[in-house]
Order: sequence, then structure tokens, then C-alpha cells
Amino acid sequence: MDPKTYKFDTLSLHAGYMPSKNAGSRQVPIYQTTSYMFDDVDHAAALFNLERGGHIYSRISNPTVQVLEERVAALEGGTAALATASGMSAIFLTIMTLCNAGDHVVVSSQLYGGTVNLFRLTLPKFGIKATFVKPRDTEGFKKAIQENTKCIYGELVGNPGNELMNLPEISNIAHEAGIPVIIDSTYQTPYLFKPLEHGADFVVHSLTKWMAGHGSSMAGILVEGGKFDFLKTDKFPTMTEPYEGYHGLSFAEEFGPVAFTMKARAEGMRDMGPCLSPQNAWNVLQGIETLSVRMEKHCSNALKMVEYLSNHESVAWVSHASLKDNPDYELAKKLLPKGTGSMIAFGIKGGKEAGAAFIDNVKLASHLANVGDTRTLVIHPASATHSQMDEATLKLANMSHDMIRLSVGIEDIEDIINDFEDGFRAAQKPRLVSNK
Amino acid sequence: MKFKVNNKEVFASTGGRPFDKKKPLIIFIHGSGLSHITWVLQTRYFAFHGYSILAIDLPGHGYSEGPALESIEEQGKWISDVIDSVEMKEASLVGHSQGCLIVLECASQFPEKVKSIGLMGGAGAIPMNPELLDLAEKGNPKAVDLMMDWAHGPAGHFGGHPVPGLHHMNLGGSIVVNGSVKNALGVDFRACDNYKNGFEAAKKIKCPAINILGDRDRMCPVKAGKKLADNIENSEVEIIENCGHMILLEEAGKSLEILKKFIRKNHPV
Ligand SMILES: Cc1ncc(COP(=O)(O)O)c(C=O)c1O
Repeated sequence: MDPKTYKFDTLSLHAGYMPSKNAGSRQVPIYQTTSYMFDDVDHAAALFNLERGGHIYSRISNPTVQVLEERVAALEGGTAALATASGMSAIFLTIMTLCNAGDHVVVSSQLYGGTVNLFRLTLPKFGIKATFVKPRDTEGFKKAIQENTKCIYGELVGNPGNELMNLPEISNIAHEAGIPVIIDSTYQTPYLFKPLEHGADFVVHSLTKWMAGHGSSMAGILVEGGKFDFLKTDKFPTMTEPYEGYHGLSFAEEFGPVAFTMKARAEGMRDMGPCLSPQNAWNVLQGIETLSVRMEKHCSNALKMVEYLSNHESVAWVSHASLKDNPDYELAKKLLPKGTGSMIAFGIKGGKEAGAAFIDNVKLASHLANVGDTRTLVIHPASATHSQMDEATLKLANMSHDMIRLSVGIEDIEDIINDFEDGFRAAQKPRLVSNK
Repeated sequence: MKFKVNNKEVFASTGGRPFDKKKPLIIFIHGSGLSHITWVLQTRYFAFHGYSILAIDLPGHGYSEGPALESIEEQGKWISDVIDSVEMKEASLVGHSQGCLIVLECASQFPEKVKSIGLMGGAGAIPMNPELLDLAEKGNPKAVDLMMDWAHGPAGHFGGHPVPGLHHMNLGGSIVVNGSVKNALGVDFRACDNYKNGFEAAKKIKCPAINILGDRDRMCPVKAGKKLADNIENSEVEIIENCGHMILLEEAGKSLEILKKFIRKNHPV
């Protein structure tokens, strides 16, 4: 006897939406509206006081965005989700909902550059400090936890160095200390990895990337796991104590496994307002419909690129957890059986100069500041995405000046390889000249 | 709010308003393996509209001290103890699923204490599927998945939670998993399966009753719900379309409207 609940590929297409409640429309309608009619004064008052569910104003919630939220919650195995205007706003909203001035967070040192700057420069302005720990240094996470630490934050596969954090072990450390783990799972998508099944308590995504796939729309999301019990500690008074903003509501008591999302929406969306437009939510939903088929192709193309690059005379090193000599190979096999993703970092012989020449001479691969497009993308992080980091932070993130970051697309693999051949040929030219 | 019943600590949500003995009391009783969380879309409304609310966690559930009580008869008696413990004379009782059986027991054993009863997905008996019962008693989380599958109607399986962003089945499942599959859900399922007194209890009930049913409920089909209502002298039935067994969440708004009308009439402020 097995439950007849829908499985991943079906949920990608159907979760969160019922045509029968939407005039029979098979496609999700775009509710292009700011606000929603109340039945009467009593109904309005009840909605504002969280006595009943429903929409009030599209900064707080919107029916099209709601479909996206339920769909991602379904795919991640979460109890609730809250979509935002971008990945960065999802991260900011999550931290601001969890932390107060005077709090501290322990953070993986290999993160998207924007996130590094948020923790290093912006959050300290609000009195929230971070300690950075290298992703492979599991013990380091434990040592960095202080009395006022409120969470551990990381990306399973670091950006851009591709180093893994041991999420199951690090989650145990966090839970022993009574704090939750937040994982940015942008690079994996729930197709490759569901952090909530491996100890994480909250997941954030930049949906801008693989989830949407098409590179057309900005979007982010926060997903709640429903297992972290805020009432078990006295570390989170804003979750457990009566909240003045809603007549003394204790979010943890009333909403239990969805308390955090409820608070992030009721307080965070109300006061900060990084709402997702219904049009962008719809665009992302279009992408999610084909998540599985795209991710499969991304991963198989990535494996072929890893093989090609590993055997190339112009390449000094390749970092991808699928490689047997990669320190994370065993852990990746365990946590990411469907594939280690389509992000590859490699070093080009000839350093920074060769890197620049390579990037300027590929034509099919797009040189831009994004990852996870259906098209192949390349960038030289030291001069772009991570250029605002100082030398010490670059070193902590294990970044070198010869590093090229590659986001493998789903084009025909032969075309990608031919394009790279052109890039490498051009990259080696100036070096041969200068060698003479 | 935390208080003691029979010397054990009990947690009950008061719906976001302080408990006030001067206001009429409504006690909400959750279903198997669940907790007070399931009632949030009913309790807050009543709490802010003149009532005192106790959405209790049954012993061994949510934040109430264990162990779980092993029979519906004991659980019915325990609800009467709750009324005594908060020094009230009477209450209206609202139950869901197993909570309905508990309501029947309490209302028949202690008629003087029960003003009116609201049932959601109420049947006179809940015989368990033997395989499901066995899985739950062994603490196998698959029991939770099966329960969530059967308990939810179309909205649960596809989507459209009344509260934007919430996911029906994952939320329901996590309430059970955060408790104890073996010591709460397993004990509850066994208590339901053992309970044979539902229709006898129903016949003794004289206070006003309502049974709110979902027409897609596979755990308490409309037929079973009507049969129970037929055995209660002063009862009415309301059927909500396209709704499964998790009526209080799947159709939170509609079920609240029905309950509001019923309670205001039979247990006015
Ligand atoms: C891993 C990761 N997290 C977060 C972000 C930020 O998301 P967004 O650009 O949607 O704000 C990005 C990319 O920009 C990213 O790669």
C-alpha cells in the first residue's frame, strides 16, 4: 500500500493550481491586480488580523504568485513558501525575519558574491555580524557558534569554487546549538537536491536561475521545512513572544510549522515589500514545468564538458565534484546522486590575461553576470561578480585570478566544445608571443 | 496557554486573545496525531469576537505532556477535566475526525457541561485500515503519507491553500511528524479502531449539534456523517462541495462561516 500523492515531475506541472477554481483556465491566470475586494467590514478586519486566509494587497500576496509558492513548496517538501522579487531579497527577508540587532550568524565563505557583500558589509550596518567559515571545515562551523548566533547559512556547493559543505553533519551541529540551518539551493534546484531532507530548516532560491531556466525574469523564494521548533529555545523572542504588530500574536504558538513564513510575510512583506510581480511569477512557472528535462540535459552536458576540459592542454585545473580526484567526490555521490550540477570552475593556463582573451573570443557562450540560463554562460569572477571583494575575502572563498566560471547550457554539446576551442586558441596566442 | 489537568501540563492555544472566564468557552479538539495548529483559521476569529478559546493539544500531542490517552472514553472524560481545570461550568465543543468521537463521549457523559457541539468530518465510528494502523503503531512515517493522501481532497493534492503560501499536505504531515508517529498517531488510531460506543453516545446527546462534511471526504464519507447526525436528536448537517476530510483547512472560510452561524445561535456571547 502506497500513497497516491503526485511525484516530482507531475508536481512541477500541476502543484499549486486547480483550473476548477479559475474559470476552467488550464494555464495559470496572471492576476494583474494590486488589491482584492472584501466581502464586508468583518471580512476585512479578519483578513488583516490573520483570523482567516485570503488576499488583501499584492505586496503581501497574489493568487498567481501563490501558485508559484505552493509549487516550489511541493517540490522542496516544504510546509510553506514565500516568493520575492529576487533571490537577494529572499535572503535579506529571511535574515531580517530571524535576526535582531546584536545577533550573529555563521556563514559559509563560498557564496554568491552579492550574498557575501550582504553579510560582510550591509548586515553589520543593522548590527548583525557574520563569521565566515570555509565550506569543507565542518568543525569550523561548530567553533564559530556564539551565544548570540541565530543560524548557519550556506550554499551546498559553494560559488564559484564548487566546494561542498557537509550539510547533514553541519545541521546536527546547528540543531545541537538550538539554531536553524538556511541553505541557498539555487545551484541544485529540488531536482538535484532537497536540503530539507538532509537537515536544513529553510531553503532560499534565486529562481532567476535554473528554476526559471529562461533567463528572462528575476525572482526569489523562501521555503520553510516545518521541523524547526522555535518554542524549544528562548533564542527567538520575535517568533515566540507576543507581537505588537498583530495584537499580541505569538507566531510560533499559533502557526507552528509555518510560523516563520507567516511572520516573513506579515511583517517582512508588509514593511520591506520586496514582492514578486505576477507576470514574473508566471514566467518562472513556465520554466518550472520543464525543470526535470532541463536539469537532466544540463547535468549530462556538464559531465561532457568536465571530461573535455580535464583533457585540454590549455586548462590548468578543473573543479567539479563529479571528478574522482575532487575532495568532495564521495560526499557529492551521497548527496547528489542525480548529478553535481552544471557549474564548472576551471583555471586557464596563462592566468588573468589568457582568461580575458578566452572570454572575449567565445561566441556561442554568453559573457554575462548570471548562471543557470538554458544557454551556456561564462565569466571571469575576479574581474566581475566577485570584483568587490578584497584579496583576503577572495582567498577565503578560494578564488584565483585564473578562474573561469562556466554555467553549462543545454545547447548541442559539440557546438559548445567548438566554441571553447576558438576561445582557447585565442587565449594561447598572446602567451606564445610573450614567451618568445 | 499552559495549565494543569490531572497534574499534567497541558497546552492550549487561546486564539491570540488572553483566556477570559467571563466569556463563553469553546474547546477545539484536533484529530489523530495532530495538534492545535489545525484550528488556527477558526480559533483566532472566535477569540477576537467575544469567545474564550482553548484549542487544546491532547495529552502526548503538540506541547501537552504525555502519554497519550488510550481510549476515546478516557479522552472524553479528560475534556470534562479541562473544563473543570479552567474553572468553567460549560463549553461548546468543536471536534475534527477523532476529535468528533471525543466530543460525542464528553457530551454524552457530561451533558450538563456541554452547551452545543460542532463536528467536522464526524462519523459514529472510525474503523482503521489494518495496514495503516500497523504502520502507525510501528512508528513508520509512511503512515503519515498515507493519512495525508486519504485525508485531503483535490485542494490538498493540487493546491490553493486558503492562506497564501501554505502547502496543505506538507503542513499536515509535519504536524504529525513533529509529534510522535508511534506514541501519538499510533495510539490515536488504535483508540479510534477500538471505539464502539459512538452511536450509543450520540443517542444520549440533547444539545444542538452540527456535522460539517466534505463531499470528497474518503475518511468520513457523507453517508457515514449523515448516519451519525441521524442518531443525534437535535442535529443538522452541512455539506461542502469539493472538500476532503481536512475541512477545517481545505475549506477554512466556508467551515468558519457555518460554525459562526451555529455557535452564535446556540451559544451566544
Ligand atoms: C547562489 C545564488 N544565490 C543568490 C543569488 C541572487 O539572486 P538574484 O540575482 O535573483 O537576486 C544568485 C545570483 O545572482 C546566486 O547565484
